[in-house]
Amino acid sequence: MRRQVLPGFGLSFGYALTYLGLIVLLPLAALAWKATGIGFHGLIQLLSGPRTLAALRLSLFGALLAASINAVVGLLIGWVLVRYRFPGRRLFDALVDLPFALPTAVAGIALTTLYAPNGWLGRWLEPLGIKVAYTPIGVLVAMVFVGFPFVVRTLQPVLASLERDVEEAAESLGARRHQTFFRVILPMLAPTLLTGFALALARAVGEYGSVIFIAGNIPMHSEIAPLLIVQKLEQFDTAGAAALGVALLLLSFLLLVVIALLQRWSNRWAERAA
Amino acid sequence: MSRHPRSRSMGWPRRIAHVALILLALVFLVAFLLLPLATVFVEAFRQGVAPYLQAIWQPEARSAIRLTLLVAAIAVPLNVVFGVAAAWAMTRFEFRGKTLLGAFIDLPFSVSPVISGLVYVLLFGAQGWFGPWMEGHGLKVIYAVPGLVLVTVFITLPFVARELIPLMQSQGSEEEEAARVLGASGWQLFFRVTMPNIRWALLYGVLLCNARAMGEFGAVSVVSGHIRGLTTTMPLEVEMRYNEYDYVGAFAVASLLALLALLTLAVKTLLEWRYGDEIAAHAPGGH
Repeated sequence: MRRQVLPGFGLSFGYALTYLGLIVLLPLAALAWKATGIGFHGLIQLLSGPRTLAALRLSLFGALLAASINAVVGLLIGWVLVRYRFPGRRLFDALVDLPFALPTAVAGIALTTLYAPNGWLGRWLEPLGIKVAYTPIGVLVAMVFVGFPFVVRTLQPVLASLERDVEEAAESLGARRHQTFFRVILPMLAPTLLTGFALALARAVGEYGSVIFIAGNIPMHSEIAPLLIVQKLEQFDTAGAAALGVALLLLSFLLLVVIALLQRWSNRWAERAA
Repeated sequence: MSRHPRSRSMGWPRRIAHVALILLALVFLVAFLLLPLATVFVEAFRQGVAPYLQAIWQPEARSAIRLTLLVAAIAVPLNVVFGVAAAWAMTRFEFRGKTLLGAFIDLPFSVSPVISGLVYVLLFGAQGWFGPWMEGHGLKVIYAVPGLVLVTVFITLPFVARELIPLMQSQGSEEEEAARVLGASGWQLFFRVTMPNIRWALLYGVLLCNARAMGEFGAVSVVSGHIRGLTTTMPLEVEMRYNEYDYVGAFAVASLLALLALLTLAVKTLLEWRYGDEIAAHAPGGH
């Protein structure tokens, strides 16, 4: 190894590691330790309770569905913002980050008001028999909202650098537009699309602030897993809250590992297409 | 911004398809992003300007604003110092476990806000590791301001580091090494060489960090205890007013937070336009 010319390794590394240890690692260790306090048997009993299962299921499948919707809509909007020129494009481009910047509680009450039966959107959906506020669909709407920027923002630089020559070559070889899209463009975008999907998913699984208002939090129906953790804490059941927290964390890490594997596989697919 | 759409060589069917795609995207952006934003302001002013002003001037609202500013004023500088130190260590030196350190820095982004609050309750709560000892010494963390600060620090920890690391990596350390050879001290080269190179990225990170610090809800709600006038930040005041059916009051405070979000977006966009190269390619800014 080359001798270091620059000073400050001990100070910067030591400070960063100590800070991380105290702020992030020590508290997470407390979580793992507390969760073991309830014991294996207790954990199984807690997690197999019908209400817990329903909440975990809603958080998991709601987040998967929301991230899928975000992948499709994000691809459309990323494509339109990168490829086409129209008035107001830059404004809309800046607006994409709104869900990152808007506090979740504000988003939560605004979405609830919007989709309530007398709200601007709710009053049009109600006659169609679509109830959004205080149902699992409401949970889904909030999850799509908070995860929305991830797919667009990860895709944009890749879409901008995507060689148009490749598309033109495919077309000059006689490929139809949809063939070019599904056989050439989509495979090349797949790894990036998966990254955006993973970020949106991780966000939605643990989302709390924007969901609890529109969800209505009806047990077994529209109650999400993070809310159950809050309720356990309010009942001073810290061991139960810790166990649920560990379960939720493991669930999201498991999902991220699966996506990382999918990504490795899609990278190969992209290389073949290119 | 280099390539132009092939508008001249386009046939009619394709042009119609383009317009249809643009319209579809705009409908979604308006319905999904613009309408919620508009709702906040319309609801806040539903009964006129006077009730609005009254709602944001009530003592609880003012103390919530003060507390939110206080929490951000402590949490953001702490994470700036950490971000700079972490970026310096990660980009200027080689050491084992660097990837792991990077993963730990990103960790708060993949943890649910509720769990972020929960872990601090498990440390400092009445049944926590240090809770009983602290209570014996008259120190209160949970259901008090220190708890709000701690969870906010946890939640916003990655923002500054994440902006600086890719930028400082791509800039390299040649300028700093040259300054060193010419006899600059460590702090001199940091403030005279490194800082001017990273200032816009640093500002960008501070901006995102601050927006999150002031807007965080889930984590602070777990450790706050919702004591009016003492431990309620602005997002918590929004929640409490909303649950008390004080909609004008809730949306009035929410409108202040929405203004902060709009201001953040405006400055962020400005920074990207003017100093895009000095901010470097960045991954989406997390939560």
